[in-house]
Amino acid sequence: MAKSVLFGATSAIGIEVAKLMAGQGDELFLVARDPQKLQAVERDLRARGAQVKGSRAIDLRQTEHHLTLFREIQSALGGIDHALIAYGTLSNQKACEQDFTLAAHEIQTNFVSCVSLLTNLANQMEQKRHGVIAVISSVAGDRGRQSNYIYGASKGALSIFLQGLRNRLFQAGVSVLTIKPGFVDTPMTSHLKKNFLFAQPETVALGIVRGMERKKDVIYVPGFWWWVMFIIRSVPEALFKRLKL
Amino acid sequence: MDQKTEIESWGRVLKVPHEVAELHWMPQRLPPREHAHSYLPFGEGRSYGDSCLNDSGLLLKSRKMNRFIAFDTVTGILRCEAGIRLDEILNITISQGWFLPVVPGTQYVTLGGAIANDIHGKNHHVAGTLGCFVKQICVLRSDGLQYLCSPTENRDLFGATIGGLGLTGLILWAEIQMKPVQSSFIDQETIRYSSLDEFFKISKASESTHEYTVAWVDALASGHHLGRGHFIRGNHSQKSGQTKTKGLKVSVPVELPTWVLNQATVHCFNSIYFHRQVKKQQAKHIDYRPFFFPLDSIKNWNRLYGSRGFYQYQVVVPFENDQEPIREILKEVAKSKKASFLAVLKTFGNVPSPGWLSFPRPGVTLALDFPNQGASTLRLFKTLDAIVRRARGALYPAKDATMTAEDFEIYYPRWREFQAWIDPQFSSNFWRRVRPGAEKHG
Ligand SMILES: Cc1cc2nc3c(=O)[nH]c(=O)nc-3n(C[C@H](O)[C@H](O)[C@H](O)COP(=O)(O)OP(=O)(O)OC[C@H]3O[C@@H](n4cnc5c(N)ncnc54)[C@H](O)[C@@H]3O)c2cc1C
Ligand SMILES: NC(=O)c1ccc[n+]([C@@H]2O[C@H](COP(=O)([O-])OP(=O)(O)OC[C@H]3O[C@@H](n4cnc5c(N)ncnc54)[C@H](OP(=O)(O)O)[C@@H]3O)[C@@H](O)[C@H]2O)c1
Repeated sequence: MAKSVLFGATSAIGIEVAKLMAGQGDELFLVARDPQKLQAVERDLRARGAQVKGSRAIDLRQTEHHLTLFREIQSALGGIDHALIAYGTLSNQKACEQDFTLAAHEIQTNFVSCVSLLTNLANQMEQKRHGVIAVISSVAGDRGRQSNYIYGASKGALSIFLQGLRNRLFQAGVSVLTIKPGFVDTPMTSHLKKNFLFAQPETVALGIVRGMERKKDVIYVPGFWWWVMFIIRSVPEALFKRLKL
Repeated sequence: MDQKTEIESWGRVLKVPHEVAELHWMPQRLPPREHAHSYLPFGEGRSYGDSCLNDSGLLLKSRKMNRFIAFDTVTGILRCEAGIRLDEILNITISQGWFLPVVPGTQYVTLGGAIANDIHGKNHHVAGTLGCFVKQICVLRSDGLQYLCSPTENRDLFGATIGGLGLTGLILWAEIQMKPVQSSFIDQETIRYSSLDEFFKISKASESTHEYTVAWVDALASGHHLGRGHFIRGNHSQKSGQTKTKGLKVSVPVELPTWVLNQATVHCFNSIYFHRQVKKQQAKHIDYRPFFFPLDSIKNWNRLYGSRGFYQYQVVVPFENDQEPIREILKEVAKSKKASFLAVLKTFGNVPSPGWLSFPRPGVTLALDFPNQGASTLRLFKTLDAIVRRARGALYPAKDATMTAEDFEIYYPRWREFQAWIDPQFSSNFWRRVRPGAEKHG
């Protein structure tokens, strides 16, 4: 029975992971921004028989509150075995191009605030020489595209940060999982027309939990995105820059 | 949100463009309706006809509002968001000894959709409809208000919304009384019977001994064999036990060419199915899923009927006149040779439902599937309609795509009262068909 923390517990993907973890008997601590959604998710998990040891509604961009948050988690759970970072925002690319403040805001959410959480988690787990850290990045971080490069750059930076962290924590026996979903049918993509490329959050969650169990390094979910991104990464830049992507 | 999406119902006869709003959380207000003329809630689209469709309207997809709100494992009172599916409920509650008070023939329907059609199950003769077990619902209307409705509070809106076909507002959550069970198994008995009279005899005898009764009928059999089939009855097993088996799942990946299901193949299927059981009577201790939801093991079985889709015709007629109406219907169906290999016969009891437009009423119900063969199929329905009307029966809106406005008024005499409670910004294809005066703008 692991002690698990979810940052972004009310994201569609986070909720499905929480259900699976609850089914395995994990003790949970839930962190999310919106108190009402958090309450709805907490009630759902409890009715399913989950052991929710605590929860906190907090805007995770406010890194200055992270230390207090970790203290609260410590006293509720008494340690962390598994942590999942599952929050983020799909930036409005066009608006970010016009306004640096907006771009910085997005980078703060999708990258900088995660670094703060990861620094805390890593130091704690490295000392205990135990734990699994899983973070939802994105296939969008594998290559910059004009339609989506602020989000892409934040996720790309996150992926590279995680590579380094994995390398550092390997010695301590702590595993770091980078999760790269393709399109997922969640509120984040509710404005997009759905097609066969969209996966359900339940499917992605299964991939995540399996990846954590097997102490994987990087996973694409669903798996076919590895092939798609392999092809996209191998297009020469001289050609790529001409494409309308 | 201006993008239109083609949505079809379970029968796949109609494919209708809609704007779609995916509701991930129970909303405080309805989403803005820019170009769309009206709203209609949508669950899993397991209704066969046009009651879950609203051409060019804004569909309120509630499937992702699927959370438990509270479950009291002592009293069995369960409160859930309306988009939760019955399988999602059972997966959690059955291991705690609680079962849904009423289930339809598939567990892939939402709680909200089930309430809006006031569904019935194989236990109607003793339990009544699902509406009888709804303790409370919360309905969000276009005036921006949420109405708590129960048999004692906002009673009219409660009566209008149970079986209200999604027209009275969006059900946000519902509270129902679950039923205690000892195990997830059913003690099932199957009896092969060879005539309609025999069906009624077995049915009568089983009503006091079995909580669940239903018969599968060979709708192509005629003459002496008219109404022959398998009578299936069961009770929740008293022996405690749980299964975890998921069972084999197959899927119909693409729609079949229309000619595959023709009279010859269906006749062949029916004959094999009828004679499959060699013994006259057979008892089994089986998991609740194959007992209640046999078709759920074939994903997308509705594609079997090909690109033109199919109709279901479900009727109830009162017990009188020596069951002549049901005999007449079966005769007409057999004579028409319109392949229909899913035919179900069951008796309804007299437990009244709180729903004003509820379909079940004392009598016998027959549900038949017909591949859509255009005008000839519709002609057959006209013939059947005349029998139903004469017998003072009714058709089931959840399955219906062809009922006329005149018949609707006769079958559902409380429609006028009901109409006053329709949300002025809600409408559906079904409603505009049976109330041609109803405008799109409410
Ligand atoms: C194989 C099979 C077997 C069946 N067996 C039975 C049976 O034994 N007995 C029986 O009674 N029925 C049976 N049905 C019919 C089925 O139970 C009903 O059509 C049910 O209502 C479908 O639920 P849904 O979630 O798919 O709703 P939909 O079909 O999507 O919608 C049904 C109605 O509910 C309304 N609605 C949906 N959600 C809400 C909400 N949140 N608030 C307000 N209104 C809402 C819609 O507007 C629509 O009018 C069967 C169907 C199939 C496919
Ligand atoms: N959907 C996709 O196609 C897709 C593809 C690849 C990767 N991802 C990634 O998957 C993760 C989960 O997203 P999702 O698809 O499940 O979408 P989602 O349901 O919209 O979840 C996003 C979550 O992030 C939360 N959040 C945003 N900013 C926050 C902040 N400052 N502090 C705390 N929480 C904040 C949101 O909270 P509120 O509810 O309060 O807004 C929301 O719960 C994200 O990292 C996303 O980038 C998604």
